[in-house]
Amino acid sequence: MLKQPADRSNASKPAARGEGSGAKVVGSMTPIAPEKFGFDQARHLLWRAGFGGTSRQIQTLASWGPQRAVEYLLNYDQVQFESVAADRFDKDIMRPASAEERRMAADARRRGDEDTLARIQMERQRRERLDRGQVSEMQKWWLKRMIETPRPLEERMTLFWHGHFATSYRTIENSYHMYLQNQLFRSNATGNFANLLFGIIRDPAMIAYLDNNDSRKGRANENLAREIMELFSLGIGNYTEQDIKEGARALTGYTFEDDAFSFQKNNHDEGSKRILGRTGNFDGDDFVRIILEQPACSRLIARKLYHTFVRELPPLERAEDDELNPAVRTAIRDLAQTLLNAKYELKPMLRRLFLSEHFYSPAFLNEQIKSPVQLVVGAVRSLETPVRDLSILNDALDLMGQNLFYPPSVKGWDGGRSWINTSTLYVRQNIMAFLLTGKRPVGYDPSAETDRYDPMPLLADLLETDSDAARDPSRVADYLLKLTLGRAPAHTREPLLDFLRKHDNQLGPDHLRGLLLIITAMPEYQLC
Amino acid sequence: MNRDANFYSRRLFLRHGLVLSSAAASIPAFLSGSAEAMVQRMLAAGTTSIPGVPDDHILVVVQLGGGNDGLNTVVPFGMDAYYKARPGIGIQARDVLRLSGADGVGLHPALRSLKEMHDNGLLAIAQGVGYPNPNRSHFKSMDIWQTADLAGTGDGWIGRYIDAECCGFGKGESGKPEDGANSMPGVAIGRTAPLAMTGRSAKPVSFETADLFRWSGEDIHDSLRDPYHAMNRRGESEGVASESNAAFLLRTALDAQVSSETIRAAVRQQPLVTYPGAAVARDLSMVARMIRAGLKTRVYYVNHGGFDTHAGQGGAQGRHAQLLTQWADSIKAFYEDLKKQGNDSRVLTMSFSEFGRRVGQNASQGTDHGTAAPMFLFGPMVKPGLIGDHPSLTDLDQGDLKYKIDFRSVYAGILESWFKADSKPVLEGTFKPTPILKKA
Repeated sequence: MLKQPADRSNASKPAARGEGSGAKVVGSMTPIAPEKFGFDQARHLLWRAGFGGTSRQIQTLASWGPQRAVEYLLNYDQVQFESVAADRFDKDIMRPASAEERRMAADARRRGDEDTLARIQMERQRRERLDRGQVSEMQKWWLKRMIETPRPLEERMTLFWHGHFATSYRTIENSYHMYLQNQLFRSNATGNFANLLFGIIRDPAMIAYLDNNDSRKGRANENLAREIMELFSLGIGNYTEQDIKEGARALTGYTFEDDAFSFQKNNHDEGSKRILGRTGNFDGDDFVRIILEQPACSRLIARKLYHTFVRELPPLERAEDDELNPAVRTAIRDLAQTLLNAKYELKPMLRRLFLSEHFYSPAFLNEQIKSPVQLVVGAVRSLETPVRDLSILNDALDLMGQNLFYPPSVKGWDGGRSWINTSTLYVRQNIMAFLLTGKRPVGYDPSAETDRYDPMPLLADLLETDSDAARDPSRVADYLLKLTLGRAPAHTREPLLDFLRKHDNQLGPDHLRGLLLIITAMPEYQLC
Repeated sequence: MNRDANFYSRRLFLRHGLVLSSAAASIPAFLSGSAEAMVQRMLAAGTTSIPGVPDDHILVVVQLGGGNDGLNTVVPFGMDAYYKARPGIGIQARDVLRLSGADGVGLHPALRSLKEMHDNGLLAIAQGVGYPNPNRSHFKSMDIWQTADLAGTGDGWIGRYIDAECCGFGKGESGKPEDGANSMPGVAIGRTAPLAMTGRSAKPVSFETADLFRWSGEDIHDSLRDPYHAMNRRGESEGVASESNAAFLLRTALDAQVSSETIRAAVRQQPLVTYPGAAVARDLSMVARMIRAGLKTRVYYVNHGGFDTHAGQGGAQGRHAQLLTQWADSIKAFYEDLKKQGNDSRVLTMSFSEFGRRVGQNASQGTDHGTAAPMFLFGPMVKPGLIGDHPSLTDLDQGDLKYKIDFRSVYAGILESWFKADSKPVLEGTFKPTPILKKA
């Protein structure tokens, strides 16, 4: 059962009021004209549909024009990258006890053999420790993959589904099941939403997380059915409590053995159910099929993708659609219709969004708060800093509130403003200082990091166009600001020029690192 | 005078922000001067307390990490079964510190400071605190205690409390009116934020030492400081709509600067008493200084770890005894400090551990993970003495104590009587509040 926090009003409230940056939301869902797709738009696309990129990458996308740029990002299966091997992690750490082991334990209990029982418990604890070690290896593995992938949209969408179908290792304590779930998300990242929904009711991690392995005829556990309707597909107000009860009956017997889905016929409720107006002897797959017939389903998915890629929206339970800005409302409806027309294929909807004039509305540019993952991965990818130490980066993600494989609840991460407070802001600034200089954050062995970051290649493009420019402090500052913040207003440029003046306007590696330290600690750097 | 330090200085910033942005170099001096001055003014006023206002109440949690051996902390020396189960590590009856009004139970001899606090009416001990179907994994059981949820899932209980309390201490910049804003409703000392303090929107400020709750970049070169402060102390900016995320970030950045200054100015003060040398003493002395500086923080969280005594835990002396002494002496010093400040009656301190240990010692002169254990409450307002009976040492559940008091009832007692808050939404259930305070 989803825990209802006492108040979750703050995060998205202001965004609901519309025109955030002062610029008006304009633009329909018609495709953006190629001549309007320049550096700013290509940069926007790369940050929102990926993790940002270098100046060269942005310019390449810009030169391709919107069609080719969007197709390149979408059709990532044509880009070579190492596949995810099923045996990358040990699947046996948390394997259930064998028949033999179970018999031994039962014997010991019967005999009151405390020593054997204690030994069994110690072994269990040893495995739990190993498994926690494995899940932290998995966190680093995923983080590294996000940093290195030439297919950024694949990882962005994998992360999106992880937040949507949120499941936490903290509850299920089985790292391999988290890994399997991660593969389910990746292999369907931009595939068909229906496959994800059918997949999730067969997914061991989700089944364990929402207790469906305890659900059987006569005493159905409603947890999975409830969250499917409330959070994964329809949204509050689009089903009744009775629908949940009947849906839970349909899902009885959907469980797993070892690492695989298993349907236990004898635990399944074979009786007739009435779900969302339909009657029949439904099973879990019928339950999903009936949900997919509801128009609310495509609306919820469209809304959530919009919330993730375009702009924060107030939570569904707090805002009627008609409170939204009309252009925003129209866009979401259009996306939902596209999803429906494509029978839940996700690519047509994403394509329509990323190509639309609406997506590039000036009101949206540089007005989204980066998630901790976007911040860290985006910094490495766009500034080409060394990765330095995945453990430290991973710890920082936790401190910033986005511990991979440990979303805070089945609701996932709220995102947006909820990422930011005085404490996380320092972590965000300090992890950037770590990436740029190797200065270790609080509490770590402070020994100097030897891997020096060379910022000079950042200026390569500037040098190419005009070699004098790379010696002009004001143009260098502008160039770096455009790359990192997407704009270079005077009040951000002045402190940089002040800094350079103190160093006789030299522009060596140390000075560029200094500029980047200042920029990445600007409040504006948290936006993309 | 008792206005929030943040509030006060933020106004100054907003007023001066634009003027000063052209004279960036003068800002840090201005700020640190004013924050220091504020603290000095508060100190001059003698006390930071606002009598009779429950908003003024503070909770300090001192977590005993690793599973403190409750039976060798509050010792049931009157029970034969105790000595039978612990032939090697049991505390001899003659060594036990007797508590007036307590029959057959007393304190470990390392806890002289606690005995003194007890005799001065500053200590209450809830006996046999636990929960049904106890989990013996450190991780899981700690999650259960910190979330107040038997599955150990969801947000932290203190985080939920801070989320639920919209007023007074507010939740920082998250769209709440400035007057009530406080960006630091919870402060945790340590590298990571405890789950207990993490709510859906409430996130504690956490740092190992206050000097590190700040931008580390300025250590790299002096010349970075001015531009950094110029950018982070604007508070607002021309052409940025106040509803935008950009404006929100500018406000939070200013908040962070002020909080950081406030905290660092606070801990620059000399403690009013001498603390022992332990890490937990250092952390508590830092908390005392923050309280003294008038931070509007409601909950502080400190960890005292190392209690996982599987081998060679010792008896009247030894490793466990040492940990107990550090803990007890630090808390005693903490209350002496608070008393000198005039803040002692504002502060309730609670100590707990994720579980106690098994009744019987193991083959390595240590103890393995167990279940119920005592919980400790400190402060002049507690109802001193023992709360509830000691759990039986003969009626066991597979060699473990059966709990007497559900820990969530103690939480309910803290929430209801100390914070005057409704415990039901915070604990997501109804628990009879344990009477922990003196009758008003």
